[in-house]
Amino acid sequence: MKFNVWRQRFWQFIASKPSSISIMSSIVAILGGLLVGFLVMLVIDPSRALIGLSTILTGFLRQGGRSLGNTVYYSAPLILTGVSVAFAFRTGLFNIGATGQLTVGAFAAVYTGIHWTFLGPIHWVVSVLMAMLAGALWGSIPGILKAYRNVNEVVASIMLNYIGMYLVILMIKTFIYNRELARALAPASSAMLPRLSQFIVTHRSSLNAGIFVALLVVVLTHIILNKTTFGYELKSVGFNRDAARYAGMNEKRNIILAMTISGGIAGMAGAVMYLIPGRFIAIDATLMSEGFTGIAISLLGLSSPLGVLFAGLFYGALEMGGFFLQITTNFVPQIIEIIIAVIIYFSAFALFFQKGLARWLAKRTSSEVDLPEGSELL
Amino acid sequence: MGYVIDMREITKAFPGVIANDRVNLQLKQGEIHALLGENGAGKSTLMSVLFGLYPPDSGEIWVKGERVIIQNPNDANALGIGMVHQHFKLVDTFTVLENIILGYEDTHRGFLRYDDARKKVIELSERYKLKIDPDSLIKDISVGQQQRVEILKMLYRQSDILIFDEPTAVLTPQEIDELMKIMKELVSEGKSIILITHKLKEIRQIADRCTILRKGKYIDTVEVASVTNDLLAEKMVGRKVLFRVAKEKAKPQEVVLEAQGLWLENSVSKKVVVNNVSFALKRGEILTIAGIEGNGQTELVYGLTGLKPLKEGTITLNGKNISHDTIRERTLAGMAHIPEDRQKYGLILEFSLENNLILQTYFEPQFHNKGFFKFPAVRDHALKLIDKYDVRSGKGPLTVVRSMSGGNQQKAILGREIERQTDVVIAVQPTRGLDVGAIEFIHKQLIALRDQGKAILLVSLELDEVMSLSDRILVMYEGELVGHLDPQTTDEYELGLYMSGSKRDEVSV
Repeated sequence: MKFNVWRQRFWQFIASKPSSISIMSSIVAILGGLLVGFLVMLVIDPSRALIGLSTILTGFLRQGGRSLGNTVYYSAPLILTGVSVAFAFRTGLFNIGATGQLTVGAFAAVYTGIHWTFLGPIHWVVSVLMAMLAGALWGSIPGILKAYRNVNEVVASIMLNYIGMYLVILMIKTFIYNRELARALAPASSAMLPRLSQFIVTHRSSLNAGIFVALLVVVLTHIILNKTTFGYELKSVGFNRDAARYAGMNEKRNIILAMTISGGIAGMAGAVMYLIPGRFIAIDATLMSEGFTGIAISLLGLSSPLGVLFAGLFYGALEMGGFFLQITTNFVPQIIEIIIAVIIYFSAFALFFQKGLARWLAKRTSSEVDLPEGSELL
Repeated sequence: MGYVIDMREITKAFPGVIANDRVNLQLKQGEIHALLGENGAGKSTLMSVLFGLYPPDSGEIWVKGERVIIQNPNDANALGIGMVHQHFKLVDTFTVLENIILGYEDTHRGFLRYDDARKKVIELSERYKLKIDPDSLIKDISVGQQQRVEILKMLYRQSDILIFDEPTAVLTPQEIDELMKIMKELVSEGKSIILITHKLKEIRQIADRCTILRKGKYIDTVEVASVTNDLLAEKMVGRKVLFRVAKEKAKPQEVVLEAQGLWLENSVSKKVVVNNVSFALKRGEILTIAGIEGNGQTELVYGLTGLKPLKEGTITLNGKNISHDTIRERTLAGMAHIPEDRQKYGLILEFSLENNLILQTYFEPQFHNKGFFKFPAVRDHALKLIDKYDVRSGKGPLTVVRSMSGGNQQKAILGREIERQTDVVIAVQPTRGLDVGAIEFIHKQLIALRDQGKAILLVSLELDEVMSLSDRILVMYEGELVGHLDPQTTDEYELGLYMSGSKRDEVSV
């Protein structure tokens, strides 16, 4: 009896939060992805499927602080690219060029890290900021083209991905080339992101200050989007350009700013990936996958900075799980990629889930539930 | 006497709302039966139940004396029930003929048999006097003709029970007359019609009987000839309604907004859409621009408000030349704009009500401190407007605007724009698609504004509205002002002549 009352209250609380339905649909998508991954493992090796699944889910805890720290370490650049894509998306822009912005950001960071050694203890901070500027510049180009010439930002930013990639190869070969090893030179140690392993529980992990950069960006973008008039304008332009114009907002300025900020964030991801001892920008003509992973994470995180934070950490945990999956079982780590792909696939069905979940919630609370944008109950 | 349709005690609930609560509807053979009710009264739900789109929670449907269960639109079609939706369901790039046979094609070994179909369509269009060229593309024909295609579609499928969902909402007065003739023709050929509407005039003109719904409940079924419009309106709204808003004679004062020689052209085709338009708007008056849709009114307003650049001409607001000012500058100089398309321009549907209510003022210091919102101020502002303008919604300031009814969305825009206390209010089709109660409210507000000494430029396609609200009328035809009329001395007939271009004067205002 009492239990029933509490249960009803719980569902009423969930239903009273406007975002709860969206969050639940993401969770359903995750469960669906894990289920499919489990089925694939069942087909390959039924006897170890259950172990495989638990390895994937608990891998990030397997070595305690160390694997936990490594999970967070993997996640930091993904959170950044995720926020980058999400931020543009809130303004109605699809920044598929995060990978290009990340590449030019990485170059700027490494270049600064090699040459500006006079900076002393703030060397790494300046390197990250230079990466941000380079990414912002790269992101602003499709923004300007979109605002003034109505060039589709998807097409423009895809092209800029390749331009950025080849440009960076050229610049590395010209300015910071290590001819013997055919890769970029290493940044000075003062430019490396400070390791956090010495003094906290994440002993012996690779965790570094990159996660603080990511957290700072998450908090700042959250504040911009939800608490400021600037964010209000960005979202207005994103949801309804005509209404934004009607209200006298400068949509061109907002489009350019949104792409610039989005590019700057992706640029910082480049710094977080390469201001690390033992990592070098490779001289091969492939686009960095982290930029595209950002799209997936943004989708899973429902284009909100806080959502992206969790989605990025989750992704990092799965990657960690995949690492141990390979070590302890016969399964290939590609299972992780399948799971992620299925999750993204299901996320795209979000509207479908949201309808069903809204009905389900309505039954549990027998009260009306506001649907998130774009879905209609009737 | 049996009924062709007999819906008994139909109940249909959606989460949180009972859309139909034991509703009855009985359609006689060969009659036009109006289904009257305000927006949200449950008309569409009832028809969707009949058309098989939703199953009823309880109640019975009898068609031609037999109890039936209609599970989907195909079942409805098989029973001879056809529907002309408010938003036509036609393929733009197909011909009339292709649209009519779509989904009901005659084939011979997998090949379409166009010749038979064409013969049948021509035969039908002659029999029911539905003039149409079967080979025109849908995108090339007028809205009225598109509606005829929808009607032919039903006839082609041999429907004999025809449902028209607000069929006049998109038509010009002339096209409405045509439609009325067609409907009478259909009935005389033995069809039965259900007409969904909230316009009393149409019911009076054409319907035999009328069933009234209010807030999901069945109110009454009446013989139209035996009741007055006042009574019908009272049954629909639940209280007495004023049709013509009472207003004093206008006391116009000095000129606030002056347009001189405005030219605008279509940005793609370079066709002139506003041709040398000049007028002066005074404080304390409602100046109306009347005309049939698409004669340049929309573009004129875009030019005045800054949504579209002027080709030539000057606009003066309070003595200041604003011809090349940005939208924001005009807003701040004292111009309010209630836009024609409230969902496209007036609102951000995904935002909450409170965020929509600050759309034109969010940048003012009362709402933010160095760019950070003062959320309590935003909330207070919303609560004030909701109360003052009677905006009804499920969750108050936090309601997502998309979930609000059209009338309440419009009241929110109206409140937002009026509350800014600007000298000039440009209201374009402010009551389009609204029900009687909301129309009355908005008309009263506009007159109150006028009496406070504001200048109001009204753009309207509804003759009733033009006649009852205006202090002066300008008629626009093919981008030009062709008539300057006084509503006291003119009538709807004369207005119609100007609107259709049959009559024109030199206008100098």
